[in-house]
Amino acid sequence: MIALLVKSAWIQLARDRAAQVLSFVVPIVFFSIFAIIFGGSGTNVDRTSRVRVVVADESRTERSQALVRALEADSSLRVHATVPAGGRGPGRSGEPFTRELAEQWVKRGVVSVAIVLPVGIEWSIMSFQGGRVPAVILSDPSDPVASRLVGGLLQRAALRVSASGGGILDLAPGGAVEAMMPLPFETHQVLGEKRGNTMISFYAAGIAVMFIMFAAAGAGGVLIEETESGTLERVLTSGLGMNGLLLAKWLSLTSFACAQIVVMFVWGMLVFKLPLLSHLPGFILMTVFTAAAAAAFGLVLATLARTRQQLSGLANLVVLGLNALGGSMFPRFLMSESLQQFSLIGFNAWALDGYLKVFWREAPLAALAPQLLALMAFTALFLYLARRLARRWETA
Amino acid sequence: MAVLEIHEARKRFGATQALDGVSLSLGEGELLGLLGPNGAGKTTLIRAIAGRVRLDQGTVTIFGRAVAAGAPRSDLGVVPQENALYPLLTARENLETFGRLNGLEGKRLRERTAWALEWTGLADRAQSVVRSYSGGMKRRLNLACGVLHEPKLVLLDEPTVGVDPQSREKIYDMLGALRADGASLLLTTHYLEEAEARCERIVVVDHGRAIASGTLPELVDQAGLAGRLVRLRLDREAPAPPSGFRHDGDPGVLVATIRDVGSELPGLLARVHDAGFGVRDLEVRTASLQAVFLKLTGRELRE
Repeated sequence: MIALLVKSAWIQLARDRAAQVLSFVVPIVFFSIFAIIFGGSGTNVDRTSRVRVVVADESRTERSQALVRALEADSSLRVHATVPAGGRGPGRSGEPFTRELAEQWVKRGVVSVAIVLPVGIEWSIMSFQGGRVPAVILSDPSDPVASRLVGGLLQRAALRVSASGGGILDLAPGGAVEAMMPLPFETHQVLGEKRGNTMISFYAAGIAVMFIMFAAAGAGGVLIEETESGTLERVLTSGLGMNGLLLAKWLSLTSFACAQIVVMFVWGMLVFKLPLLSHLPGFILMTVFTAAAAAAFGLVLATLARTRQQLSGLANLVVLGLNALGGSMFPRFLMSESLQQFSLIGFNAWALDGYLKVFWREAPLAALAPQLLALMAFTALFLYLARRLARRWETA
Repeated sequence: MAVLEIHEARKRFGATQALDGVSLSLGEGELLGLLGPNGAGKTTLIRAIAGRVRLDQGTVTIFGRAVAAGAPRSDLGVVPQENALYPLLTARENLETFGRLNGLEGKRLRERTAWALEWTGLADRAQSVVRSYSGGMKRRLNLACGVLHEPKLVLLDEPTVGVDPQSREKIYDMLGALRADGASLLLTTHYLEEAEARCERIVVVDHGRAIASGTLPELVDQAGLAGRLVRLRLDREAPAPPSGFRHDGDPGVLVATIRDVGSELPGLLARVHDAGFGVRDLEVRTASLQAVFLKLTGRELRE
């Protein structure tokens, strides 16, 4: 009897595609995504996982330049002492980085870390005397790992300079840890230093975007329920055509999604002191465009799926996959550069970038143009697809 | 002029010929029953009349105007088989929604909504969400949403399926009121006794064609079942039925078909008496719509 029930359960699983997708495909997809993020499955992992750093050499001495060369030689870093051609940050190609320019690059999120080598740094390398001039690491607090890594690699570079240039190992026994460093450094966070918890806005955006995608997919399922209940047929028999019906659904889903994001951020403001009111214009723009894209995305899933079960399996797979890639679960800036680029296939990655620009980088509204345009393009594409897929409900 | 005229309607879906030249007409104020086994083409026909199916050949005209696929008609009301309602809206909100979708606004919408709530007997539950309604209440509201805009032609797809006899009576009273107001009704149902009792004319559809149509006596003739069925319950079992009779499942029950009750029935009874049996009960009736339907469409199960 027990064997009979076990057999029956396996037969039912074999005939339920949604359950199969949830049981076998979703875990494999997630395992693969996280394996790529953390382990790397390509052959260019070493190259793509290097930390990009810009260096502003204010000292311009032989030893400071030797330090820059030592940093450039480090396989864990990709160092730019001058503005690279086609770089996404400000400055002319080939222009040496200044402290201000380097800070701009960090603020705009082009790099996570900048190193400033102030005048007098040449006397600080491996001298272990008092009054040493420290190097300055300008860091984006959204990537705390990168600044610590660069701090360590800076020590290695200083040791290399010393080994090649005959520096004197004049250790001061019993001194402070800083005093025993090959090169002392200070870390300055260029963003979010005034805020108590700088990661709140990142997580508010990440969680909000992920859940409006789930909610839009679920709410889009109303179309399937209305098909089954005959309500859709009744509506289409009246004066409202398929264009009107989809427009109404899209507008209602967009307004639901806006309300969800607002609730999330207001909660963040009230409980976690998220600075919502001081970023209101950017927040409103990003919320409306993100909600519109998520609503259109939900319509695509709803028009693609034939049953609620199919929709559930599809939504879990696509929404979780896009969010793993897009940065809701694991920050994109901690992924390899190639994966960061690849993740832009999802509209949610653009949405998160936009929210980060608003709350993290304090970017002006004009700086949101790429994200808003991308979200508009995704919305148009999704609406087009949903309209095509909805043909099956039209006149036969 | 006929309210509805369908001429040689043909529609194919892939390998399936859903409609294969069906023709029918519906007169003003008439209640026409559309019967047929599952897959006979009834729903496709209803959808074609509603403009939701584009015919490959043939025409559908309502009040002399051809129906164009995808173009809604304000003179047409459709009551689907499913309770096509928004379950989390109240009865009033559902009526207002479907009223607006069918072109009602302002004072007219308010008047018609009030009328519909009274007509359906749901006035005291107007503010309750539909999800909390019984099956019969949902059926009545479903009907009201389809006729709120006072269409002159109403298509009803199984309007009484799954409800108790009281609700069924109420729904037929409501349909009677619609007819009294001048509406013409086309009704599909699998409840043959309802069609027999309520419809003036019946069209039987099978394999996409209208295979018979008319009043019940006309259908009986068309099915070759003219005459009366005589059914006798004997005082004991008859292992071999007397001449002219056959068993009706039970050895104690005999049946025979006669054309003229007055001249043939006495002879039948005499034969039973001569065979030594007494008669406990006697029933004489015409062929039922069920018998006609099975004769016309066969006993083979349809999927």
